[in-house]
Amino acid sequence: MKFFWEARKVILLSALVYLVVKSVFYFGFVSQYIEQITLYALIVILTSLGLNVIYGYTGQFSLGHAAFYGIGAYVSAYLTKVFGIENVFAYIPVLFVSGAAAGLAGYLIGIPILRLRDDFLAIATLGFGTFVRVILDNSDKLSEVLGGSRGFVGIPRLTTFELAFMVAIFLILVTRNLIFSRYGLFWRCIKSDELASASIGINTFSMKLMAFTYGCFLAGVGGALYANLYTFLHPSNFDILKSIDFLIIVIVGGMGSITGTIYAGLIWVGFIEGLRIVLPAEIVDLRWVFIPLLLIGLMMWKPYGLITKSRR
Amino acid sequence: MELLGYILQQCINGLQLGAVYALIALGYTMVYGVLRLINFAHGDIFMLGAFIAYYLISRFSLPIYVVFALTMLCTALAGYIIEKVAYKPLRNAPRISLLITAVGVSLFLEYFLSLKSVFTPNYIAFPRPFEVEAFDVFLFTVTNVQLIIFAITGTSLGLLYLLVYKTKKGTAMRAVSYDQEIASLMGINIDATISLTFIVGAALAGVGGILYGIAYPQINVFMGIMPGIKSFIAAVLGGIGIIHGAVLGGFIIGMSEVFVSAFLSSTFRDGVIFVILFLVLLLKPTGIFGKRIDKV
Repeated sequence: MKFFWEARKVILLSALVYLVVKSVFYFGFVSQYIEQITLYALIVILTSLGLNVIYGYTGQFSLGHAAFYGIGAYVSAYLTKVFGIENVFAYIPVLFVSGAAAGLAGYLIGIPILRLRDDFLAIATLGFGTFVRVILDNSDKLSEVLGGSRGFVGIPRLTTFELAFMVAIFLILVTRNLIFSRYGLFWRCIKSDELASASIGINTFSMKLMAFTYGCFLAGVGGALYANLYTFLHPSNFDILKSIDFLIIVIVGGMGSITGTIYAGLIWVGFIEGLRIVLPAEIVDLRWVFIPLLLIGLMMWKPYGLITKSRR
Repeated sequence: MELLGYILQQCINGLQLGAVYALIALGYTMVYGVLRLINFAHGDIFMLGAFIAYYLISRFSLPIYVVFALTMLCTALAGYIIEKVAYKPLRNAPRISLLITAVGVSLFLEYFLSLKSVFTPNYIAFPRPFEVEAFDVFLFTVTNVQLIIFAITGTSLGLLYLLVYKTKKGTAMRAVSYDQEIASLMGINIDATISLTFIVGAALAGVGGILYGIAYPQINVFMGIMPGIKSFIAAVLGGIGIIHGAVLGGFIIGMSEVFVSAFLSSTFRDGVIFVILFLVLLLKPTGIFGKRIDKV
């Protein structure tokens, strides 16, 4: 209860946001499509928050975040389809099991690769991402249901606005509390100077592992919500480009800022999906020409991220 | 006897693929040596090499040695421009920013070139500049394509060796990769040396691109991604920053890929390379030839 009391302001604010958005949906001001992308924005925010914990707060660069998102999505899709889950209350445990599966994957892979730093960590996480992609492409050999490179079809649609909103708010609050806890302090210490953190007695390896596992857990929950929103999964949805999406959101929102991630996630999804409505399909295909330019420009303009203060 | 012949045949195929990987891995390892940057765009320079060669052969039907010379010139220019435009302004920025820029450059090249008005997003057939002939040797066959690949790779490696170990520019390159600040105190022009490294690396990747196109005659704008990553892994395997390490790593990666496709399944060949990467990073992160570095 203390958890909710301490977060009363955020909960009040989010209840207000919920009422406004819900009434907009209820009175049919917007199309079904807008509803869908609002849900998708929540998922993207949750997953990017996971990357922000890993990269923005703890400073561990990851190019394989979409792999954990994909693991969560496939686990949730498999469980809900095989057990025929149709009830939202039965779905909530599945959501957390999917998150835990992604977290476990993150934990296991984190043990070897978190010894690395910077660019070697980047190539190792990129490698893991490609590895997961290969597994997903061949997943029909493990179980026919998973569909392999043909895609996973017929997933029950269970993600509702209420559920996604509540899960997102709850996990954002948990993340905020973690960041301002003792562990969060250690994470931020490691980001600013790993050697100095070790010298004052922080177990840097286990703290990095903890942040990585937690970040992957968030990605897994996001992936699970995604799977049961779109009812169709394809391995190509979880490749390096998706990881870069999340990375851009974290960088644009400011590394190490929760509200920044929320705004950036909303803007990003709105921008990409908005382009799809406004512009013809040929020009939307151009977006991957401009997004990299945006990324390069951003790095030249603010090499430390948009909001983060520069060091040295 | 049949099995031995099959194994020998796969060895030849592995050497063929390994030669291409070795050529790309050299660029990664040299750039990493001087700049401590994983140049993600390097795989795309390799792709660019294949495309430029495709245009030179199919549109202008130039003789093959002119194709090689012009392609190397173009990719070297591309490498030079990328370094000057994208990486140089970030010389003093954090390494991760540089890395993100490199990823951006790589994506930009891929998606810009995949536009219908530039190249094409589809697979296109690479024209054969000469007829393929196969020679039976002992228990296996070797094609003239393979012989040409071995000859050109060998020549390129020899020239690179002469450049790096026998010339002043090469000495400067090694000095910069050893310690940039001290090298600049010794009067070495750091910027010029970094540019030279990019030029040489990109030219080698261009050669790799042509050879890849001749050996596996289907090209696509995204063809650089996987060979790029694999070659980087080859460079890590041999010891990043070490030139002969990259060559050895390239051949090992090429061999393992071919052997896994031949004896297990071709769907696992990408997976195996990453298993190798994890093993290297776990057991000997400095690579085969790497020495322990006690720097933080």
